[in-house]
Amino acid sequence: MTVADAGVAGVVGTPMTRREDPGLLSGEARFVDDLVVPGALHVGLVRSPHANARIRSVDTSAAMALPGVVAAFSGADLRDEWAQPLPCAWPVTPEMLNPAHLPLAVEHARYAGDAVAAVVAESAYVAEDAAALVAVDYDVLPAVVDLEDAVADRALVHPELSTNTAYTWELTPEPEAVERAFAEAVHTVSERYVQQRLIPEAMEPRGVCVVPQPFGDEYTVYSATQIPHILKVMLGLSLGVAETKLRVVAPAVGGGFGSKLNVYAEELLCAALARRLKRPVRWNEDRTENAQATIQGRGQIQHIELAADGDGKIRAVRVRLLADMGAYLQLVTPGIPLLGAFLYHGAYDVPAYSFVCTGVFTTKTPTDAYRGAGRPEATYAIERAIDALAGKVGVDPAEIRRRNFIPREAFPYSSAPGLVFDSGDYEGSLGKALDLAGYDDLRAEQRARRARGSTRHLGVGLSSYVEMCGLAPSRVLASLNYSAGGWEAATVRILPTGTAQVVTGTSPHGQGHVTSWSMIVADKLGISPDEVEVLHSDTAVAPHGMDTYGSRSVSVGGTAVFLAAERVLTKARTIAAHQLEVAEEDLELSGGTFAVRGSPERSMALATIAFEAFTAHNLPDGLEPTLEASVTWDPPNFTFPFGTHVAVVEVDEETGRVDLVRYVAVDDCGEQVNPLIVEGQVHGGIVQGVAQALWEEAVYDQDGNLLTTTLTDYLVPSAAEVPSIEVGRTVTPSPTNPMGVKGVGETGTIAATPAVMNAVIDALAPFGVRDLDMPATPERVWHAIRGIGQEGRQ
Amino acid sequence: MRVRLSVNGASQEHEVEPRLLLVHYLREVVGLTGTNVGCDTSSCGACTVLMDGESIKSCTVLAVQADGTEITTIEGMAQDGAMHPIQEAFREHHALQCGYCTPGMVMAAASLLKEHADLTEAEVREGLEGNLCRCTGYHNIVKAVLAAAGDREALV
Ligand code: FES
Ligand code: FES
Repeated sequence: MTVADAGVAGVVGTPMTRREDPGLLSGEARFVDDLVVPGALHVGLVRSPHANARIRSVDTSAAMALPGVVAAFSGADLRDEWAQPLPCAWPVTPEMLNPAHLPLAVEHARYAGDAVAAVVAESAYVAEDAAALVAVDYDVLPAVVDLEDAVADRALVHPELSTNTAYTWELTPEPEAVERAFAEAVHTVSERYVQQRLIPEAMEPRGVCVVPQPFGDEYTVYSATQIPHILKVMLGLSLGVAETKLRVVAPAVGGGFGSKLNVYAEELLCAALARRLKRPVRWNEDRTENAQATIQGRGQIQHIELAADGDGKIRAVRVRLLADMGAYLQLVTPGIPLLGAFLYHGAYDVPAYSFVCTGVFTTKTPTDAYRGAGRPEATYAIERAIDALAGKVGVDPAEIRRRNFIPREAFPYSSAPGLVFDSGDYEGSLGKALDLAGYDDLRAEQRARRARGSTRHLGVGLSSYVEMCGLAPSRVLASLNYSAGGWEAATVRILPTGTAQVVTGTSPHGQGHVTSWSMIVADKLGISPDEVEVLHSDTAVAPHGMDTYGSRSVSVGGTAVFLAAERVLTKARTIAAHQLEVAEEDLELSGGTFAVRGSPERSMALATIAFEAFTAHNLPDGLEPTLEASVTWDPPNFTFPFGTHVAVVEVDEETGRVDLVRYVAVDDCGEQVNPLIVEGQVHGGIVQGVAQALWEEAVYDQDGNLLTTTLTDYLVPSAAEVPSIEVGRTVTPSPTNPMGVKGVGETGTIAATPAVMNAVIDALAPFGVRDLDMPATPERVWHAIRGIGQEGRQ
Repeated sequence: MRVRLSVNGASQEHEVEPRLLLVHYLREVVGLTGTNVGCDTSSCGACTVLMDGESIKSCTVLAVQADGTEITTIEGMAQDGAMHPIQEAFREHHALQCGYCTPGMVMAAASLLKEHADLTEAEVREGLEGNLCRCTGYHNIVKAVLAAAGDREALV
């Protein structure tokens, strides 16, 4: 492929409005619950009200007596439906304990919300009524709620395992180097941070609808999922149905943030019931179920220690984690903390490194991927700890970061934990963020307020982050025991009339892949994005794919699209050269037309070439008809987006209330395909990250009851709680893919939480407050100001 | 019970269960699935529609309570194949990602703009407090509503 062909149309890099929008704005888009399926039955689930209980009996007779109820099942009734339990695809160590997890619990419910019985009815209203009539008799057992308590094994979640520890995973390349660094350190920092559990709260709850074709034993599964391809494989294995009999479709999906990156009990259940009842079966989650039965995120206790020299240069990082698995291991539960395992040194050049994580069962909703997955936790720990170090060394937080950054000339940078960081300019992004924020003025304002005894304390917090995304190559995933690949597939074809069709294995649910992929292809082929159709999220039209999560779509899936378009162009050039009777090198592509260099009147439009390839009347010998190419791209490395965020808060001394008054973000995600979409991802990610710092927490009582099941108790921020976001960017292309892109879906969430908490703690410095648990609620802040510790409350 | 009402200008008449929520009536009986359901505590605003020109959360109203009213849903916003200026502004400013909150957000914005003349950013943020979006961080939603507010003539 000649370089001259790249970027002809110039659409890549422009803020194009989205092609997805008209359908979503007009109400025409179809989410799972919008699908009209004649004859469909509705499932209502009976969920355990107890965190830990033996199921003595399940009586469905009253439910069955209700008019409109078709069937009712206990877990025991359906035990034989499952060829395999719910899958966990990430056995992080060979010894990892993974207790069987069935879609309907059989003898034992292990968290409040664990499904124990299902009723099937002619309408959703009747299904709900009937579920309330199922009588379940429980022996209530002690809940295992607190992580440090759980690891002590005083009460067991799974008695048959004899321990609550699922696994221990360690990464300490040179133990002596770590010991030496701590022995020789001038300054040390030792911190304990709590990552509270979060509820992802995608605005569309989950939903699934399975339509059987009983005579062929075939099933079409519509699910609000991020991973139709992975789901198809897993459904086949768990149900004992051949992959060839399954089609999985993710229709319009209303947000995921990791929570729909899973294989859920209800998906298996609807499929099994459709198989058994030979009728379409559907289920829609309500918000309360969503809080209890969709995975939660975070849930860690972190111990981080830094060893530094007299200048504050960090010589070693040592981390110990307790990670809350919840009651069962879902699809990638055990691997989530390990996605952060390599990043606890952050953006800093640290020679010695030690990380150990213990995964612990509790009688709570399983945890799994939530926006950032492991990386926000790691970034929080190092960014809080480096501020603590700045305090010990007596330098400004910006200065301590500058002293420690991996320098620009060090890339590609081999990190102590064993990654190769692709490219970066960390000091550049810090400088730009400080400029945008007016950092010196903010500090001056802070001093002035303190001097005049203002009770509205200003706090400024920094967060310089680097993350790894793209989650590839597949071989590296293998070394982490991850049971899938990191590649992505794409097909690009030019249809006989000259428009293009893209088939992608990514599965967008808000990220705008239709727009971005059509821009990539249009740019390459020199046609308009409106002439490019993008097909996705249906295994019947896009049979290969690894789906959408981990900020992988543009760097892996987008690259596959780019390379497939390039191959199509190579073939088009061959055909044009043949028909124009010139050498391939003599052709130039411009505006979708190949013309002979020097004699532009001798030319062939791509549309003409496509039609020639379609009729195949006059192709070079041996060349296959049609203009189409498929590429499966397995990148050589992760990509490493980075940046610096600055949060400015005001803390009211009288009430403890924290207001986020400004937020500045400078991100570098390499080249940008569509800056409008990039900024949207940044804004949304930031608000989710801010929410962890200030408002959100999945609260459990001592009996393991989730107290925050509704959106009135679990405080997802509204527009009124957050400011507009001041966004800047730097562009440092990634050398690992031809477009130089990195990924941006999670950067905001990764950066924002520590930026805000550092700002809150900075505001509280006059009171000697050095630490505060999240979320920084008015109550917590009020107590901290008055020197009342966590224990002293109430 | 019998309900008679107008939905997007078309009269509807149905026999319904007394407990049927307006949102389910619109979605399942009338067949307009653009209005979404995001919660069960009237917290999210995904179900926002206009009742006699004012925004309401259609999950908090029974279908029978809507008897005799005029309801406008997201499907009624575009006129003669052209999107409503608020819809246009949402597209122009990338005010939606997954789009699940969008129908409710557009309806809430429509009623906000109808009721108030010059809106500040703070007023838009307060005015949309009852509508949650998990994707956009609100930045572009606020921008879009302010842009539409600047174009009030086109709104009528
Ligand atoms: S569905 Fe959430 S407010 Fe109506
Ligand atoms: S765009 Fe997804 S919830 Fe608002």
